[in-house]
Amino acid sequence: MAVPAEARGVAAATEDLVEVENLVKHFPVRGGLFGRPRAFVRAVDGVSFTIRRGETLGLVGESGSGKTTVGRTLLRLIEPTSGTMRFAGKDLAKLSEEELRRLRPKMQIVFQDPYASLNPRLPVGEAIGESLRVHGIARGAELDRRVAALLERVGLPARARSRYPHEFSGGQRQRICIARALAPNPDFIVCDEAVSALDLSIQAQILNLLFELQKELGLTYLFITHNLNVVRHVADRVAVMYLGKLVEVASAEDLFEAPRHPYTRALLSANPVPDPRAPLKPVPLEGEVPSPIDPPPGCRFHTRCPEVFEPCSTVVPAESVVRREPAHRVYCHLVSESDAA
Amino acid sequence: MSENEPLFEVKGLEVEFETDSAPARAVRGVDFTVNRGETVALVGESGCGKSVTALAAMGLLPGSARVRGSVRLGGKELVGLPEADLRRVRGGEIAMVFQEPMTSLNPVFRIGQQIAEVLRLHRGSDERAARREAIELLARVGIPLPERRVDQYPHELSGGMKQRVMIAMAIAGRPRLLIADEPTTALDVTIQAQILELLQSLRRDHDMAMLMITHDLGIVAHFAERVNVMYAGKLVEASRVVDLFDDPLHPYTRALLGALPRPGRSRERLEAIPGRVPPPDRLPPGCPFAPRCKLSMPVCAERMPELVEHAPEHRAACFALDEPPAAGT
Repeated sequence: MAVPAEARGVAAATEDLVEVENLVKHFPVRGGLFGRPRAFVRAVDGVSFTIRRGETLGLVGESGSGKTTVGRTLLRLIEPTSGTMRFAGKDLAKLSEEELRRLRPKMQIVFQDPYASLNPRLPVGEAIGESLRVHGIARGAELDRRVAALLERVGLPARARSRYPHEFSGGQRQRICIARALAPNPDFIVCDEAVSALDLSIQAQILNLLFELQKELGLTYLFITHNLNVVRHVADRVAVMYLGKLVEVASAEDLFEAPRHPYTRALLSANPVPDPRAPLKPVPLEGEVPSPIDPPPGCRFHTRCPEVFEPCSTVVPAESVVRREPAHRVYCHLVSESDAA
Repeated sequence: MSENEPLFEVKGLEVEFETDSAPARAVRGVDFTVNRGETVALVGESGCGKSVTALAAMGLLPGSARVRGSVRLGGKELVGLPEADLRRVRGGEIAMVFQEPMTSLNPVFRIGQQIAEVLRLHRGSDERAARREAIELLARVGIPLPERRVDQYPHELSGGMKQRVMIAMAIAGRPRLLIADEPTTALDVTIQAQILELLQSLRRDHDMAMLMITHDLGIVAHFAERVNVMYAGKLVEASRVVDLFDDPLHPYTRALLGALPRPGRSRERLEAIPGRVPPPDRLPPGCPFAPRCKLSMPVCAERMPELVEHAPEHRAACFALDEPPAAGT
């Protein structure tokens, strides 16, 4: 099933498959007379990152962080308010309808809720084959053959193609969603809380499958999750978001071994690792996450930060590069470049 | 009740639901205890019967459920207790906190009223005293500006706040046992840490025991002293928490721990148990885990293994553990 990069028409030489610069997404809050927007939910407010071909970037954050919006905007399921998104070097905003249509098969998504993302009226074989048909990749017997192969690749029998979603368990439906995402031979898959609704033992099956597929097909993943244990396991690099902004980006090892941002530290300290001997001393965070409609000025985390000081409430922290290789950057007034490890 | 008697004792609990086909046997003979002031975890994946066990203990199952066996609180039998008597126990001596606070909080009543109701019913407080104590309880569970929040409706609160209100309602009756069913699953990690810490401090301050029902082994590791592992309606392993992680005995427990993403194992294959949990209306004879078990032997499909103590305070139900090593191995 592996299709070489050249045959897929993508320049194998491109190092950065996904490049995001200053991505912004504001959702209007409608109300008042004539439904004019009263305010905006500043869900994503200037986020930049890159993902190298074949890499898994983990994107973590709690409710209101904006991580899910990033994933959907990247795939243009939602239109960004501003910012640049490049895929395989191509600026997505500058593409013609035709070029964009040709690029869509290369970028796919698997969602959290396998119950909600499959059409209950379609036999699963049709759901999987839909993109093949729509993009003119295959039809008739060839399409059937591919659907069967996809089902088997995700660990389901080919005869499952004529069954309906309700006949499958949560884990099986998630496999079907993965098969559907793989059908158009994508380069890049956004996994949006793809294992969060699954039991531990099923989660392990799906994570193993995603990892095998990545190795076999050279896939690139953006793995969005709130589960720190899972992200540490799957990601090469991890980006942490808080209230629409990035606070820290580092290799998975550096993020978990040497987190620099107070929010990252609080988040990691709060996470109960399944080992009774590992210390659990959560850094206490006051209060709740502020509303993304009216985020705090300066550093958005300052209202809850245990290490808040003078500039935090007025000045937005700039990027500090704490380490170059592997790259580790932090957005915090406490951290300056002279602190590079 | 003497000091040494367990506070809460479940013996031979069985719960069966009527269905259109065969009856669904959700709980099939479960025994465990909770002592005064301790936290015991009941852990398992979806469909293992852990929540049904808790609901059976509280008498909260629908009429279609058949409950057999014994559940004793402070020596008093709860199974078969008339509803009027159960209502005095429930919310009083035993309280329960659920996963989804929105479904447990009445949306049309202010939160202060809901807490006050518990105080009036179980502590005999009058309206003014109840309101005063409701505000104190809200403060106790860490809700800022409680004198304002007391008059708010549930929808005006965040998830974490609602869960705190649930806890306030639960402790209002001064329970000896708090049953927490996935109390933090729907919450963010940092909020979860706050809620779990709150439960710990309440336990200490009120000498309250806790039965923590969860699928999260991280929570078990840090918040429980003893743990019971359930699978398809049966208890498969019971031990002190440290012993479960140090020396898991049952193949299911071992597989579950092997499935955990843990530091130091990045991007390695996780141990994935093939197959699925059998549905409660189509249970295999013998050990429910046998169809998925690497160690299964012919006897496993024929008979049900009993919980046997294999190490101090460490019980497991598995024929492979009972077998002495074969000669020559």
